[in-house]
Amino acid sequence: MTEALFEFLLRQGDNSLVLGHRVSEWCGVAPALEEDIALANTALDLIGQTRLWLEYAAEVEGKGRSADDLAFLRDAYDFRNMLLVELPNKDFGQTLMRQFLFDAFQVPWLTALKSSSDQHIADIASKSLQEALYHLERSRDTVIALGDGTKESNARMQEALDRLWPYAGEVFRDDEIDIAMAKKHIAPRPSEIRQTWDATLKETFEAAYLTLSEDRFAHSGGRTGQRHTEHLGHMLATMQVLQRSYPGATW
Amino acid sequence: MYAQMVKSTGKALLSREEMSPQERAFQDRIDQGEKIEPKDWMPEGYRKNLIRQIGQHAHSEIVGQLPEGNWITRAPTLERKANLLAKVQDEAGHGLYLYCAAETLGVSRDQLFEMLHTGKMKYSSIFNYPTLTWADMGAVGWLVDGAAIMNQVPLQRTSYGPYARAMVRICKEESFHQRQGFQIMLTMANGTEDQKRMAQDALNRFWYPALMMFGPSDKDSVHSAQSMAWKIKMNTNDELRQKFVDETVPQAEFLGLTVPDEHLTWNEDTGHYDYSEPDWNEFFDVISGNGPCNTERLEARKMAWDDGAWVREGMLAHARKSQARKAAAE
Repeated sequence: MTEALFEFLLRQGDNSLVLGHRVSEWCGVAPALEEDIALANTALDLIGQTRLWLEYAAEVEGKGRSADDLAFLRDAYDFRNMLLVELPNKDFGQTLMRQFLFDAFQVPWLTALKSSSDQHIADIASKSLQEALYHLERSRDTVIALGDGTKESNARMQEALDRLWPYAGEVFRDDEIDIAMAKKHIAPRPSEIRQTWDATLKETFEAAYLTLSEDRFAHSGGRTGQRHTEHLGHMLATMQVLQRSYPGATW
Repeated sequence: MYAQMVKSTGKALLSREEMSPQERAFQDRIDQGEKIEPKDWMPEGYRKNLIRQIGQHAHSEIVGQLPEGNWITRAPTLERKANLLAKVQDEAGHGLYLYCAAETLGVSRDQLFEMLHTGKMKYSSIFNYPTLTWADMGAVGWLVDGAAIMNQVPLQRTSYGPYARAMVRICKEESFHQRQGFQIMLTMANGTEDQKRMAQDALNRFWYPALMMFGPSDKDSVHSAQSMAWKIKMNTNDELRQKFVDETVPQAEFLGLTVPDEHLTWNEDTGHYDYSEPDWNEFFDVISGNGPCNTERLEARKMAWDDGAWVREGMLAHARKSQARKAAAE
């Protein structure tokens, strides 16, 4: 059970860590100053959430590792984030579309986790939900604005959606960890969230004049750690460089 | 100091007799410590100087995100990463207040960006230096934000209301950044041999560029008198530089680091440190575009602006369409 809970917590923490890192790559080069501020703020929230999840994961694991050890000293195959969040930023449209697909899941997911039988998880979810609600409001509004905006912005957002769509469904494939968590009432099965997520997407893409593919194919392998994309290794090489190069140093 | 070498309109300081009655009344208000507000009459030179100074300051905030952004993705712990993100977010926020303050003088943010991109307006020379190790995040916070505070604290009393008020908010956050930077330096200076080496190297590379932030020596600074009379500038460059040296040297000693100046000595008679001037040729090279990172910094900003054009256009088109739809529905 401890092992399954640890895996579950890594999934939460790694999602926020990897996405937070990706978003932070935008620092100083966003399309407008307001976007610079908003993206930095989103990244900051996600890194803050990461600390909560990974601190708890480290505690549950009980091997004396810290949240920083988990973030900076694991290799790609030990990461448990969904593939969607490790994909490169590309243009602002892809960054915001990725954010929207994630936020649209995260809001109902964290809402459900607020009722977790594990009080620590309920507390983290409760705090993170406030931030996720704001992220969703912003990413949804941006997707709608750019979908509606000009011919070019609409085309770019459609391209972003088409590009990211095959990575969006991974999270709904329940596996043995999800089932173990559901049995203990720690978390619902992710597939239970799908309907809410579908509804948010439908409503948003209609308002954004974007077409959602009927295809339900979904790449997988991120949240199990079985097969990440090639991109994660490069991200970790950057992210972990100091901890790896100077073992044991305090920063 | 984020506004160095602000070129004034070129006119010498006017005597009271040379001033028009309107100019005299304006100067009297400033001398009495009154704040000038956007709708008040002001001499054209005052407006132009302020636009240049505030604009340069605003540009420095946004270009200043880049050398630190260079390390956000490599920050060594989650806490450091969060702190650095928060700092860079604050800087973007400072940019926003300052562009807003400049807008009250009748220049738009887009016009100011245009002037930055075409090289008509400058930003602080300090951001044209590279950040090469994690210790540079310490040195930038400690020295660069430290130097900025020296200049900005007096600017809270500057004569132009919107600028003074922006400075009040900015100063609070800057002193927090400086403490954070010093704390990084402290950790490094007390760390492993490698970390100590990085800390000393960062101080070696940033010491003189930080001194340059106050602008050229008073004897070569031709634009100060009018700005000081207008209370756009509150202290001379050399006064501020001396204050910075006096405060920073004991901090370096506390860190166990060596300031890279063999002539640095405490002068009992003056009650100040004697120190070596930075290489002013290097300063003028950096200002005129030949600093180590001028090309990259400007390239990064221009690319961000050009790549983001479709986003800004899309947002604007959506706002117009929404407005039209709303009007049609009414």
